[in-house]
Amino acid sequence: MSALATRDLRVRFGATEVLKGVNLDVQPGQVTALIGPSGCGKSTILRCFNRMNDHLAGFSHSGQVLATGRDVYDPGWPVEELRFKVGMVFQKPNPFPLSIRENVLFGPRLAGIADKGRLEQILETSLRRAQIWDEVKDRVDSSAFDLSGGQQQRLCIARGLACEPDILLLDEPASALDPIATARLEETILALAETVTVLLVTHNLQQAGRVAQRTVFLYLGALVEEGETTAMFTNPRERLTEDYLTGRFG
Amino acid sequence: MSALRGWLAEGTPQRFLTAAAVVLSLAMIAGLVVLVVETAGSFFWPHPLVALRLVDGTRLLGEEWGREADPRSPGQQRVRLKLGNRDLTGTDFLWVRGSEVVQRAYPADAWLLERREYGNFYGTAVALERGETRLAPGDPAFRRTLDDELASVRRLLAEQRSVLGSADRAHSGVARLQLKVASAERRGLAADELKARLAVAQSAETTATGPLWQRLDTVRLELDRATLRMRTAAGQDVTVPLQKVVRAIPVNTLGFGAKLGLYFGRWWEFVSAEPRESNTEGGIFPALFGTAMMVMLMTLAVVPLGVVTAVYLNEYARDNFFTRAVRLALANLAGVPSIVFGAFGLAFFVYTVGGGIDRMFFSDTLPTPTFGTGGILWASLTLALLTVPVVVIATEEGLQSVPQAVRDGARALGATRWQTLRRVVLPYAAPGILTGAILALARGAGEVAPLMVTGVVKLAPNLPFDRTAPFLHLERKFMHLGFHIYDVGFQSPNVEAAKPMVYATVLVLLLLVVALNLAAIVLRNRLRRKLRSSAV
Repeated sequence: MSALATRDLRVRFGATEVLKGVNLDVQPGQVTALIGPSGCGKSTILRCFNRMNDHLAGFSHSGQVLATGRDVYDPGWPVEELRFKVGMVFQKPNPFPLSIRENVLFGPRLAGIADKGRLEQILETSLRRAQIWDEVKDRVDSSAFDLSGGQQQRLCIARGLACEPDILLLDEPASALDPIATARLEETILALAETVTVLLVTHNLQQAGRVAQRTVFLYLGALVEEGETTAMFTNPRERLTEDYLTGRFG
Repeated sequence: MSALRGWLAEGTPQRFLTAAAVVLSLAMIAGLVVLVVETAGSFFWPHPLVALRLVDGTRLLGEEWGREADPRSPGQQRVRLKLGNRDLTGTDFLWVRGSEVVQRAYPADAWLLERREYGNFYGTAVALERGETRLAPGDPAFRRTLDDELASVRRLLAEQRSVLGSADRAHSGVARLQLKVASAERRGLAADELKARLAVAQSAETTATGPLWQRLDTVRLELDRATLRMRTAAGQDVTVPLQKVVRAIPVNTLGFGAKLGLYFGRWWEFVSAEPRESNTEGGIFPALFGTAMMVMLMTLAVVPLGVVTAVYLNEYARDNFFTRAVRLALANLAGVPSIVFGAFGLAFFVYTVGGGIDRMFFSDTLPTPTFGTGGILWASLTLALLTVPVVVIATEEGLQSVPQAVRDGARALGATRWQTLRRVVLPYAAPGILTGAILALARGAGEVAPLMVTGVVKLAPNLPFDRTAPFLHLERKFMHLGFHIYDVGFQSPNVEAAKPMVYATVLVLLLLVVALNLAAIVLRNRLRRKLRSSAV
């Protein structure tokens, strides 16, 4: 069963059709990269899986969106619970104006977990999984704003992990980071793939090549090609993919 | 022509004009501060007592309060002398021409008595009398005995106040029952049970107050015991009861240290004591207390109201004709003259709400408490109404400054709209909200006009907070520094003497506003530091 899937997904914002019938399957337990030129609908697909598009003006869709095999618009599945199962990290680090501890525990507290020992355990596990524990363990009560950009982004990953999601959506998580912070982040993403399914939107083809087992190429709201990253990068099936990968447009 | 255009385009004159505007603003503010600080600051410094003998043989003793060119004889100066002794001469001040003065001295035996009535007394001491003992100023024990006696007067007056307060509290139950009995009789109801309770309460009061009245008699006898015999410059002998004396100072013999002590003692008295002589002397404590309490009550009322309004407008309401109309109305409301709010506060809060409360809850026991007249609660609420636009506008700006990414982050973690607002958006907007509170506070602390019709009085017998249950008396009228300035400066029977008091009060009001603002700004900056933008 696919961790994430869409069936003939069409999305409109007002009069503009952004996704034109996409059928996508994301395999569990690995990193899948979504690539494509700006405006091709990568982020829109990503935001469909945790229904973040619902808040945007003019959004309408048809077709099915499935997460862990279940329709995300199932009326019996509250959107808050869906978002617990499907976490998300954004382009720019967006820590809350709280301490590092309270940032990480934001989700668990919303879920009503109040047991101190349990919360401490979640804090440490999440920060360890996001590979930031060693850097912040002595100052978890200081403000999240005191961290560097790369640390903030890994904190945001830890914040997502604290909800123990099955799936993590990463929306160009390294676009605001310098090369060294990016490398650290990629290590983290690779390590995460052992326990959660990661869907990564990226502009950076090398990044997709480094971290993703599978890659999906989108162009103008349609899925062009999908396959093993190495296979696709060395031997693309479609002409369009080859043109994009070789930098003829994009 | 093109040179002029180039010069204008380059912007040199504009630069000078803008700089000149800054200089002008700074100069006006600095001028205000210097005037206030200088006048108020020098007021409490002890003036030397000057003794003058005039051509016609008149002898005068007093403080020199200024000199200027004599308009009638050019080249000569005239001096304004504060003569005090208002109970004897009826005038406090006198212009003395320089040409009339034959002799000028600063006698060491001249005394200044600051009195609880009739203002200052200037003269020489003849004797301190207490019962049979009589001490002349030359006596080595004179100064020490005088200080001891003045200290004991202060103690006795405090005791008298406390005894009277206890008697008041003992009487309050009886007074309440009396009002109830009267009200029942007026309405033709059976009042027997009430009357029985009244009788019990009255006998209890008699038992409780008996020792109090005895104590009061002793205290009063004790207070009457000591007197100072003084002689004026004109040679008239006067007996001044010591209980009317606040301070007795041989000004001309004071060293610098003693003057400094007196200076700060007077400042302390000014901010901590009750006013005397229709506010022209003594302290301003009730006004200071009233202002601070009113501002705090106002903040308590305006911040929640303004924040909740702004949250609705910014987070929930759609952008349509109605919300745009509300925003426009708010912006305009900020420009409405404050006396209009005063009139509204009087009509709505005092008469409608206050009158309604009286009718519903206190109709039997009026007039204590009476909500249907001006009071600190109504004044605070009126000011809250006046400042609510400021808070709404500032809070909205704060809410708009919260990045969408942060809101999305909370939503993506499964927070509902309310949870996002409560746990992320409001903390993020807190500095903006505090800015609004600061602006409201500054505006509220400086307003006088709306207060004059909603609860401020020239002289309030009680503070709005005291030891009588229920301790917080929100219906009471109160004193306010801004109104105090107006009253002392322009409504006082002795304007000349009160002028420095006005400046001193202005200084205290300015310091209070600055202190309140500083506290809020420090709080905001600490929040800001916590929120300082990230490295990215």
